[in-house]
Amino acid sequence: MQETLFGKLTLSAIPYDNPIVMGAIGGATAMGLLVFGLITYFGKWGYLWKEWFTSVDHKKVGVMYIALAFVMLLRGFADALMMRMQQAIAQGGVHGYLPPDHYDQIFSAHGTIMIIFVAMPFFIGLMNLIVPLQIGARDVAYPFLNSVSFWLTASSAALVMISLGVGDFSHAGWSGYPPLSENQFSPGPGVDYWIWSLQLGGIGTLMTGINFFVTILRMRAPGMTMMKLPVFSWTILVTNVLIMLSFPVLTVALALLTLDRYLGMHFFTNDLGGNQMMFLNLFWIWGHPEVYIVILPAFGMFSEVVSTFSGKRLFGYHSMVYATVAIAVLSFVVWLHHFFTMGAGANVNAFFGIATMVIAVPTGVKVFNWLFTMYKGRVEFATPVLWTLGFIITFCIGGMTGVLLSVPPADFVLHNSEFLVAHFHNMLIPGALFGYFAGYAFWFPKAFGFRLDEKWGKRAFWLWLVGFYLAFMPLYALGFMGMPRRLVHYDNPAWQPYLLVAAAGTLVILAAIVCQAVQLVVSIRNRESLRDVTGDPWNGRTLEWAVASPPPFYNFAHIPKVETLDAFTDMKDRGIAYEVPAAYQDIHMPKNTAVGVVLGGIAFVFGFSMIWHIWWLALGATVGAVGALVLRSADDSVDYILPAQEVARLERERRQLLAAHGQSGAAADSHLAHQG
Amino acid sequence: MKHTVFKGLFILSLWPQWVLACDGDCGSRWALLDPKGPIAAHEKGLIITAFALMLLVVIPVIFMTVAFAWKYRASNKKAQYAPNWDNSHKIEAVVWAVPAVIVAILAALVWKSSHELNPYRPIQSAAKPIQVQVVSMNWKWLFIYPELGIASVNRLVIPAGVPVSFKITSDAVMSSFFIPQLGGQIYAMAGMQTRLQLVADQPGSYQGLNTQFNGDGFAGMHFETVAASSQDFESWVAQVKHGATPLNETTFKALEIPSENVPPRYFSSVEPQLFERILQKYLPNAEAGQTGRHGMTPAM
Repeated sequence: MQETLFGKLTLSAIPYDNPIVMGAIGGATAMGLLVFGLITYFGKWGYLWKEWFTSVDHKKVGVMYIALAFVMLLRGFADALMMRMQQAIAQGGVHGYLPPDHYDQIFSAHGTIMIIFVAMPFFIGLMNLIVPLQIGARDVAYPFLNSVSFWLTASSAALVMISLGVGDFSHAGWSGYPPLSENQFSPGPGVDYWIWSLQLGGIGTLMTGINFFVTILRMRAPGMTMMKLPVFSWTILVTNVLIMLSFPVLTVALALLTLDRYLGMHFFTNDLGGNQMMFLNLFWIWGHPEVYIVILPAFGMFSEVVSTFSGKRLFGYHSMVYATVAIAVLSFVVWLHHFFTMGAGANVNAFFGIATMVIAVPTGVKVFNWLFTMYKGRVEFATPVLWTLGFIITFCIGGMTGVLLSVPPADFVLHNSEFLVAHFHNMLIPGALFGYFAGYAFWFPKAFGFRLDEKWGKRAFWLWLVGFYLAFMPLYALGFMGMPRRLVHYDNPAWQPYLLVAAAGTLVILAAIVCQAVQLVVSIRNRESLRDVTGDPWNGRTLEWAVASPPPFYNFAHIPKVETLDAFTDMKDRGIAYEVPAAYQDIHMPKNTAVGVVLGGIAFVFGFSMIWHIWWLALGATVGAVGALVLRSADDSVDYILPAQEVARLERERRQLLAAHGQSGAAADSHLAHQG
Repeated sequence: MKHTVFKGLFILSLWPQWVLACDGDCGSRWALLDPKGPIAAHEKGLIITAFALMLLVVIPVIFMTVAFAWKYRASNKKAQYAPNWDNSHKIEAVVWAVPAVIVAILAALVWKSSHELNPYRPIQSAAKPIQVQVVSMNWKWLFIYPELGIASVNRLVIPAGVPVSFKITSDAVMSSFFIPQLGGQIYAMAGMQTRLQLVADQPGSYQGLNTQFNGDGFAGMHFETVAASSQDFESWVAQVKHGATPLNETTFKALEIPSENVPPRYFSSVEPQLFERILQKYLPNAEAGQTGRHGMTPAM
């Protein structure tokens, strides 16, 4: 009876006996309760529900994605801190404070969280926020789908979080190689938590990919041909193509592993014809493009930042576009470099090695183009530029070690070592995260109407940069000393000094993250002095700067006509940037809906009941999801018309605000004086 | 370097007390930069060559980043400002060509070295290679010497100067077999056989590892590799043969039980065809005489 009702779930799934886990649960619960309490105290639940949770506005969905990324960054970083502390002490007779079973879950969760629940939601959030504005669109192609995507991502992140207190998380690494991840070697719910959180989040991401692909292809402002598409939107377009092509492979690989685990099949088992290497192939056919999925958007952000803060056009725009496309194509023919050591023949290894290093060519071109964008420019050392410069220099080192790893016989000695750990962090932290931080500082005023505090931003940057070098350069050295990754304990005393330095580096990064939190608080407190009245705080070049900060919910009262690549700069040069149209039109808008939140909740229940084999609940959730979709499809009242008079009134208010501040730029001023 | 060699010899001379002698720091500190065999030496050379080639691009780029950012800083009004300059075919040609040329050179290096250092390729040597069959188990390494009819756990003893031809498989999850100072690693996978050819130039003691995370006992799954002079090797073989424990069905079953931080053990005899049977037990409808799937391509 109990098994029918609760599946494999019993009270013993809660790790009461583990003080470290209980401490983490206590901390996470306390933070959750604090947030819950504050929202209740200030009576903001109604506001959050109406204005945010049920919103289908791409800008609000974007902000929620970024908030999710920051919350999960704290979790993923706490994991990193715990691993570094363990390795700093667990030498020789000292075994540290983490038993292997716990340490293994931590590094598995760290990788999964940082890629799927930090990097992905962070760039998807910035993409949501900016891309429709940058291409002169009023919304994304499928606003409701967008809300569903977000809530699927949020509920799969919640699954990872709940694994902390109910059962355990996978101990098979973030890549979950079978047969270790099969029932025979991992019978508990840990791998199932990993499977279902990746699977549900992955489906959300796939829908986002379709959404933005269609948005960019179909909803660009008139005149914006593909070769006038801003470079950030180009990288996003290519990224979404990568998502659409690669995420289905992950879905299938995980589904096959699910069949192995739930129905006793043998796709990847040791016996009865299973082959573990098939999983590795499928996983990395998704996994390698995934690296570019998180890095290409950052490349786009760096491009926008360099050009804007150098007060100059991007150098070699066409090269940038071709390089982006080339990287995307090549990213699908390099997956085998993740397992050169499986014993493939020399020809196979050589092919994948050469394909991998060929990617260095378009990537190198991008770096040179950023340099020549600064050349003969007027470079302002604002926070986004610091992130960019820190990225370029650090990324060169990571690129170099990457090409080294693409030489198969060099990989034979460096594979699975701390050198590899150093390498991919050297790509992902400067290459992706620094880019997102640059984008965060750059576009924050667009989202909220005030800039971030520069002083705390710069402190955060320098601490991140120094912390990064301290934390990861010693790992390169450890690789040459033959230290494998993922060790909970080691005997070699020569490794310890390097691990102590790495641990110190992690503490410096902790200080950096604290600075970022302080920056947010200080900026909110000083928001009046940091106010961006004009909507164009950086003398921006693309269309997102043509609207107010924060933009009206309909984005553009009238859709601009695009003549050149840097459309907004061109409009400013021609003095038509703030031109008032002769007449406003009615605007067709989507209505808010709770179906996205409901589907996210159902997905969470479904995932949880599948993990614990509570079949009736899983069935109920499936019926609920189908029901919600049917009801939504049958609902005719999903949109409304914003009348032209209302648009005119809102636009007039904005112009009055601009005039009152008298700082809207010469073109706008003269224009406003004229228009009254 | 010398120190390690002497230490290895010293440890060897004290057998069987070496059981716990390699207290975590056997081998060299900078294992990859201190090769003790031609394969590892070649791999080290390759890393250095590739590194040097890439520095040709990376150093100028880092220099240019700092120089451009500083020279064209906004406060430097003396610097030229060309806000609409966004294209130069000359520069574009150079920035595509320079990385392309470096990568082309590296690609040639990859092609050549991938074949030369193919782990399946036999090592050219006057000495006849010795066969060692490696089985990854949870969480220890089993070494079977089929020609000698002996086996050991978590200690690999090989004759120095003689090529060792490894056949590798797993009796549990995937692992990766690696002796950094002798040469590259290769996966051990159940139902599949991979191969590796290594040779130690001189007697000594070298760290052996599993680098592929494979569960709770992963951190303790390492072994000492002892390269002994041919005379010492022979006396070691003789001593193992004098031991009392054979590797038969009973002892193998006991060995299959997962265990962690396993101290070295020796088996005086080995059931014939044990390695082949371990391979076959994961194959559906295994036919007699079939020796298991090889890696992804047939062995050379």
